[in-house]
Amino acid sequence: MKEIVIISGKGGTGKTSVTASFAVLAKKSAVIADCDVDAADMHILMQPDYYKSEEFFSGELAVIQQEDCIQCGECKEVCRFDAIDLINGKYVVNPLSCEGCGYCSKICPTHTILNIDLNVGNWYISNIRTGSKMVHAKLAIGADNSGKLVAQVKNKAKELAEQENKEFVIVDGSPGVGCPVVSSLSGASYVVLVTEPTVSGLHDLKRVYELVKKFNIKAGCIINKHDLNKEVFEKIDDFLESEKIDKLANLPYNKAFTEAMTEGLTVVEYKNNEIKSVLKNTWNKIIKIINEK
Amino acid sequence: MKIAIASGKGGTGKTTLSTNLASYLAESDNVVLVDLDVEEPNSGLFLERKLIHSEEKFKMIPEWIKDKCTLCGECQKNCNYHAVIQLGTMILVFPELCHSCYACSELCPVNALPMKEKKIGDLSHYKAGNLDFIESKLMIGEEQAVPLIKQTIKYTDSNFEGIKIFDSPPGTSCPVIEAVKDADFIILVTEPTPFGLNDLKLAVETVRELNKKFGVVINRFGIGNNDVIEYCNNENIPILAKIPNSRKIAELYSKGELLYNSIPEVKEELIKIKDFIFSTAEEGVK
Repeated sequence: MKEIVIISGKGGTGKTSVTASFAVLAKKSAVIADCDVDAADMHILMQPDYYKSEEFFSGELAVIQQEDCIQCGECKEVCRFDAIDLINGKYVVNPLSCEGCGYCSKICPTHTILNIDLNVGNWYISNIRTGSKMVHAKLAIGADNSGKLVAQVKNKAKELAEQENKEFVIVDGSPGVGCPVVSSLSGASYVVLVTEPTVSGLHDLKRVYELVKKFNIKAGCIINKHDLNKEVFEKIDDFLESEKIDKLANLPYNKAFTEAMTEGLTVVEYKNNEIKSVLKNTWNKIIKIINEK
Repeated sequence: MKIAIASGKGGTGKTTLSTNLASYLAESDNVVLVDLDVEEPNSGLFLERKLIHSEEKFKMIPEWIKDKCTLCGECQKNCNYHAVIQLGTMILVFPELCHSCYACSELCPVNALPMKEKKIGDLSHYKAGNLDFIESKLMIGEEQAVPLIKQTIKYTDSNFEGIKIFDSPPGTSCPVIEAVKDADFIILVTEPTPFGLNDLKLAVETVRELNKKFGVVINRFGIGNNDVIEYCNNENIPILAKIPNSRKIAELYSKGELLYNSIPEVKEELIKIKDFIFSTAEEGVK
């Protein structure tokens, strides 16, 4: 079983639209994992049925039981996150700042601070119209630990793929270079980078590829809206050349992505458009590269 | 006054709006633009700027002093992040898991885990004409953006008065909360597509949870459908501006150029945003 992770560094380059297209092209051969748990969008294109739902707990939150508190203030003293406020003579934990280290509860002389487990979101297993399954999640608002929820989604997808003898897990990664992306990348067989020929696209591509290199994973690149800026396009092309990143496809600046999305479809299912055949070829190319490895 | 520019979805135009609005406001006011998208900072690409100050940023992690350690196991017990592990006669520290809470260090009975600095990124302070611009960049391989965002806000607060514009990271999780929680007003940037709407709803949930004043700017207006407008109207969310979709704008953006001087429609929209924010500020921002 091979794991293909699609990432972009920069948001809005077409990562999810491309991933969903691959999911449709892969039909029953792949389990899909939406690891962009912060702002998950894949469900809009895949209409999952949420047949299994589970809560996900990760991290803790300090809670001061006021009745036993002697207002000594030691908790506030040791908290490095400025998460304990003194309000009207009472010490109160600000849940948005508390990082759940538990230091306050360990040193509280009257043992009046509890650490409660935090529900940071839900994860789901769904059936999708390709005849396969999708694992996805919804992160609770402002929750920490999205990296752990990402790991959970990915591990479940892998488990399913192994149980059902699937060839692939296709992963929609998250933007950025921080902990959710690190979680998305770990264990990948191949990385697909989706970028666009803009100064931001190039900048973010270089940064996220630095991360990919640390994992020593082979990568290929899709340049979306390739005809937007010739000069930056050439710079991206040079970069791919020098880093030996596979050039997978150049997609034209085209309304089909948005139009298809508005109808809840992937671009490869949408009425005649020039992107359809390019993405089909791209998917076949990726399979070929992976199987050669 | 602190204005945070945020969005659930990436690539909706946060940086476009931040750089254009900040540069425009700086023509008549004291303005500092702060790029808090420390994982992928892009604002600087759109500004002709001169570096005036830079500093390295660190987080604190414990360092094991073998000779002092009695292997009592307290540190491992006191670390909620599994960042300190006892393995046989060794104490291992995993810096990327450490949240710098100091519990292992200060609760160690023999002071065998003093805290030391570990570099996580760089802060740079630039001048772009009248505009002050601050950018922090997380080192590749560092997983936690929050400590760097905190330190960048601290630098801004101790060096500037006037209007502060925060270009926030995408999403709804901890880095975004850190970037917007002190803001007086939040501008949510979205696009009129199903993805845009879905992520806007998440962002609205977040800012409502924080009890913040906010408004929406619709970028690439003209693509997709009317659902974002209908949603904002139903929810009584003010739409501050609509930036039109055009290939010309996309091309200027791709080159790293500001829009409002060459595209009058964009300038008109910036004026609307300015008027709205200033009248909100006069009402007294909570």
